[in-house]
Amino acid sequence: MNATSSTVQIKGLRDSLLVALTGETWEENQSALLTQIDERASFFQGARLVLDIGTQALGVDEMVQLRDLLSERGISLWAVLSESPKTEKTAQLLGLATRLSNKPRVEEKRPSAEPVGEDAALFLSKTLRSGTRIEYPGNVVIFGDVNPGAEVVAEGNVIVWGRVRGVIHAGAKGNRQAIICALDLSATQLRIADEVSATLKPQKNPRPEVASINKDGRLQAELWQPG
Amino acid sequence: MTAKVVTITSGKGGVGKTTAVANLATALAADGKKVVCIDGDIGLRNLDIVLGLENRIVYDVVDVIEGRCRLRQAMIRDKHFEQLFLIPAAQTRDKNAVSPSDMVRVCDELRPDHDFILIDSPAGIERGFRNSIAAADKVLVVTNPEVSAVRDADRVVGILEAEEKYAPALILNRLNPAMVKSHDMLSAADVLDLLAIQLIGIVPEDESVIVGSNRGAPVALEPKSRAGQAFRNIAKRLQGQEVPFLDLDKQDGLWGRLQRLTGGRK
Ligand SMILES: Nc1ncnc2c1ncn2[C@@H]1O[C@H](COP(=O)(O)OP(=O)(O)OP(=O)(O)O)[C@@H](O)[C@H]1O
Ligand SMILES: [Mg+2]
Repeated sequence: MNATSSTVQIKGLRDSLLVALTGETWEENQSALLTQIDERASFFQGARLVLDIGTQALGVDEMVQLRDLLSERGISLWAVLSESPKTEKTAQLLGLATRLSNKPRVEEKRPSAEPVGEDAALFLSKTLRSGTRIEYPGNVVIFGDVNPGAEVVAEGNVIVWGRVRGVIHAGAKGNRQAIICALDLSATQLRIADEVSATLKPQKNPRPEVASINKDGRLQAELWQPG
Repeated sequence: MTAKVVTITSGKGGVGKTTAVANLATALAADGKKVVCIDGDIGLRNLDIVLGLENRIVYDVVDVIEGRCRLRQAMIRDKHFEQLFLIPAAQTRDKNAVSPSDMVRVCDELRPDHDFILIDSPAGIERGFRNSIAAADKVLVVTNPEVSAVRDADRVVGILEAEEKYAPALILNRLNPAMVKSHDMLSAADVLDLLAIQLIGIVPEDESVIVGSNRGAPVALEPKSRAGQAFRNIAKRLQGQEVPFLDLDKQDGLWGRLQRLTGGRK
């Protein structure tokens, strides 16, 4: 299903609506979107919305306002796609998805266990607080903690120079060679490919650990050994 | 004179925001400051009750915003302090009656004649919260030493930090040293360890808080109340004074660690 207006392009996806906003300013985009929705209320009602807003940089204020306006209309904002790093950060902070790839679809060309290039890494120098969700199609390096209620989903490896108490999913597209390492892995949950760890016990004197899938095919964390 | 706007918020509800606003306002007024509190919890107002002013309400903040009265007319003078005022929330409207720019306008009008404007925010991160922080110079995040309250506080802190203008600081309310000792409650160090933001005060669990709220007489007025003392100390810290933290728990050198964690920061 396709529909177009000057600045709002709507495309039906399997389980959501993809709306691309191509207007010059954010005000223009937002009001065009709301006009579309108000004119075709029944079409949008209850929809899960994926917004593609191109290069526009949105702050928390603007995105929260939009999310509220949408939820007042019975629409839940599920993902925001953007080429702007600021917008992407904002969406992550609000726990919105930032790509569509986390549910692999049949028509996707990419083989599911394609190894991730060694050069692709996202470096974050901050603590991820509750409600934050980071998704990245490569390796993720975090200089800071991953707090309870935060989530990291990476297609490659995840390295945390800090404490992990949130959820980490490495090899999210099926790479069973992926590893997770951290200075303290007392996570609520670790996942590598489709293996899920049993809850790990918080340690009194945490030591660096490496989690991987062992020979028996189980996710296991081991103390890091120098050399 | 230009007032400092301080918003008191939390992730989880019921952790003591309204209690903190009433007590900090009272303590600041007792120090001779000119203070206005605004109840930003539209539709669920209760700051008026805690301050013992509910019978005097004629107009509320929505009346001001919608031009049905002048700002002065909605300001209710406190029973104890000449220089303390409350602007109540509307009881019968919802949060959509107010926008962030309305709050900025109201605060700008109040700033020249006051030292502090304290805003009582609703819990959570929705519109009422956005309204309440819109005009803030400083945001105090209240939490209890409970896992769920701390996690929600962490979320709010993340959102405040992303905007880089609110300088969030923490009030840890309802700490019970005996329960911490028996490991039935998170310690102040546990909470700070996770949230890693400036600590502006620790308020002990204290029955007199509840009694005071029901009577409309905040405990900050009671010289002997431990919680009252904690709120008076926070009020001093808001005025830029250095006040040592109450010694609620001498165990394990934990307090020393706490002081180091927060030492020197204001
Ligand atoms: N230090 C304390 N010791 C004992 N009781 C307290 C303390 N602080 C708050 N309380 C009690 O906890 C209850 C909730 O407090 P309060 O109404 O201030 O929370 P709130 O964060 O404003 O709640 P809401 O999110 O509903 O607005 C009240 O009954 C109050 O008296
Ligand atoms: Mg309240």
